[in-house]
Amino acid sequence: MIDRIPIDTVGIQERVARICTRSIKRESKLKALDLALRMMDLTTLEGSDSEGKIRQLCNKALHPYTELPNIPSVAAVCVYPNRVALANNILKDSSISIASVATAFPSGMSSLQIKLDDVHYAVSEGADEIDMVISRGAFLSGEYARVYDEISQIKEACGNAHLKVILETGELGSLENIRMASDLAIKAGADFIKTSTGKISPAATMPVVLVMLQAIRDNYNSTGVKVGMKPAGGIRSSKQAIQYLVLVKETLGTDWLHPSLFRFGASSLANDVLMQWVKEKTGRYQSLNYFSND
Amino acid sequence: MSKKKIYRQSDRSTQKSMPIDWSYEEAPENTSHATFFKNYGFFINGSFTKYDESQSFESINPANGEVLYRCTEASEIDVDAAVKAARVSFEGEWSNYSGTQRSHYLYRIARMLQERAREFAVLESMDGGKPIRESRDIDIPLAAAHFFYYAGWADKLAYAFPGKSSKPLGVCAQIIPWNFPLLMLAWKIAPALACGNTVVLKPAETTSLTALKFCELLQDIGLPNGVVNIVTGAGKTGEYLVQHPDIDKIAFTGSTGVGKLIQQSIAEREISATFELGGKGAFILFDDAALNEAVEGIINAIFFNQGHVCCAGSRLLVQEGVADKVIDLLKNRMQHLIVGDPLDKNTDIGAVNSKTQLEIIQRYVATGIKEGASCYECSGSLPNSGYYYPPTLLTGVSQSSTVVQEEIFGPVLTIQTFRTTDEAIEKANNTPYGLANGIWTDKGSKIFYVGSKLRSGVVWSNTYNKFDPTSPFGGYKESGKGREGGISGLHAYVKLVNNGAMN
Repeated sequence: MIDRIPIDTVGIQERVARICTRSIKRESKLKALDLALRMMDLTTLEGSDSEGKIRQLCNKALHPYTELPNIPSVAAVCVYPNRVALANNILKDSSISIASVATAFPSGMSSLQIKLDDVHYAVSEGADEIDMVISRGAFLSGEYARVYDEISQIKEACGNAHLKVILETGELGSLENIRMASDLAIKAGADFIKTSTGKISPAATMPVVLVMLQAIRDNYNSTGVKVGMKPAGGIRSSKQAIQYLVLVKETLGTDWLHPSLFRFGASSLANDVLMQWVKEKTGRYQSLNYFSND
Repeated sequence: MSKKKIYRQSDRSTQKSMPIDWSYEEAPENTSHATFFKNYGFFINGSFTKYDESQSFESINPANGEVLYRCTEASEIDVDAAVKAARVSFEGEWSNYSGTQRSHYLYRIARMLQERAREFAVLESMDGGKPIRESRDIDIPLAAAHFFYYAGWADKLAYAFPGKSSKPLGVCAQIIPWNFPLLMLAWKIAPALACGNTVVLKPAETTSLTALKFCELLQDIGLPNGVVNIVTGAGKTGEYLVQHPDIDKIAFTGSTGVGKLIQQSIAEREISATFELGGKGAFILFDDAALNEAVEGIINAIFFNQGHVCCAGSRLLVQEGVADKVIDLLKNRMQHLIVGDPLDKNTDIGAVNSKTQLEIIQRYVATGIKEGASCYECSGSLPNSGYYYPPTLLTGVSQSSTVVQEEIFGPVLTIQTFRTTDEAIEKANNTPYGLANGIWTDKGSKIFYVGSKLRSGVVWSNTYNKFDPTSPFGGYKESGKGREGGISGLHAYVKLVNNGAMN
């Protein structure tokens, strides 16, 4: 059903190293910071997420930094299904989407029925985007058809909501597996493919994202369908974010430099982006104390 | 719901995005710390001679076509003075130094090159047109690495040649090309000094700057006078140097044509000589390879240093079944190459080294098209002044095409297809050259099979244009004689005597 495509790890690492030598300064840096904010899925996925925490997160999503004009809102907030209704209530008149993890996140170790119910529940509570996890166990044992069927059934359950498929690349073991899982998820109907839950280390890395972007590009070349990409977890600095943007630009082209096709899943990245932004505008670094943590 | 979310509908194919135009702003390298003189003489016996207006020639910055500095063209008398200085030093002070002492000097050179790496990188890019990314990350670090490596051998020569003793050759005449000026200088000077020789080196006439700057560094570290002498000039100066009666060794890197002339001219002399000449490397891409990474490898094989690389993978041999896919991927990747100011940190492809070379490249591509090739060029704009050539693919060529047979020495890749492994090997070997080839496959056994059949000094597998001081480099057939780098590189600078036969 899906071909196994050879990947040369050393070659991938060299390409990434070359991408990281790009020097992004001044206006192009400001534009990148602006993009990074608008592409952000501001995320909180803790068992301890209180109502207050969700309110704070939504407020931060709406107004990342009130001191400066023209700071854009983020793309979405990403929360657990039982916090969707609250987030939806706060953000209903805004342009910010509500993304919800579902399908027995983060392990995916449950029955398909429960996963579907999880998705139905999140969508009914008002989620615009569903971040599902694939069954890594099934994938690693070679049950590709099962993984495919699960994704396509969950896609159906999403209705109008957009589906991001989390591969949890840190558990897949090789770049070739990551490529294969990407192809599988895309074929099964993913709107986005996403690296990680953020609960497993390593989360997003540039070599992994490059391989996934190549899958997206090859799919676009053969079908004309543009699938989105979301690296998540481990992206904390503006510098990393900008390097990802360079990677996207030089692999897929500028078409993908839009929140509808590229997202960062991150919690602490926003403040670093804001700090760099202020620095570019004022020429001085501010103390991190000036930026609210959530 | 009335909100204006990013997605209004879930149908992927009708989804519209408004892409953001995001390009990289100029990122110029700081050049204020890199100083040089307007006029240069030679470096003989530890000091700079006076610049001589009557024998002067200009060195052009290929990025803008303006004069960067002026050099003096060495006459027969100047070359003689340099050889004399090298001879006196070889017979005198330098020969009394132990290997350990020689290694100390070489380590000092290496460390000093590292300390002043940024300065040398900037000058290299200004003088030769290569992108700062390459001079900074490849040329200068590798040059330092060569000095470190041969510094290590200087006091261990007894272990390099088991059962034999080594003696230095004497005065070495060294002529280097313009594509990697400082790196080629390091390849030549480091092993020569490690083995106890003295040298007279002539850099190429378009790129003398880092060699002359290197002399300042030699003064700073206190290398004894006359051990290294540098004379500048073009072909005529080179001729004086190789025909000088008092040299013991010739090391030449450059074109095959000049290499043949030198070999003819020394045919009757008892003189040892090594040559590193042209090439027309094949990049053999099998259908089972990791294609995306192979495409990146192609970019590195042919567009590295504007294609001014003797071991460049300038002939792509791709297995028929994946040829169309590979060409598409390659064209797509080429759109992201940035051609422009060598001193911009984001530049991938800098300026062609000289107007002469630019015209050679233009002529070859015109010939290729006349002989029936289709030409694909990178679409990006080129700077208005200076010498630039866009990355170019030539398809529809065959083994007999001029562009397949002859070395272009520019960013021009010819593409041929093959069906069987043996056909690929035959095509790769069917050239007068034999410097380097590359094999791309996911199958290890195929690498060994093909690698053992290719007639070239270097065979890279699943990578290309990788250099390391520990690894010997050199050619088969008309690509050269002798090896540089590694233990093999020491052989070129010593006389070996069986132990017991020497006093």
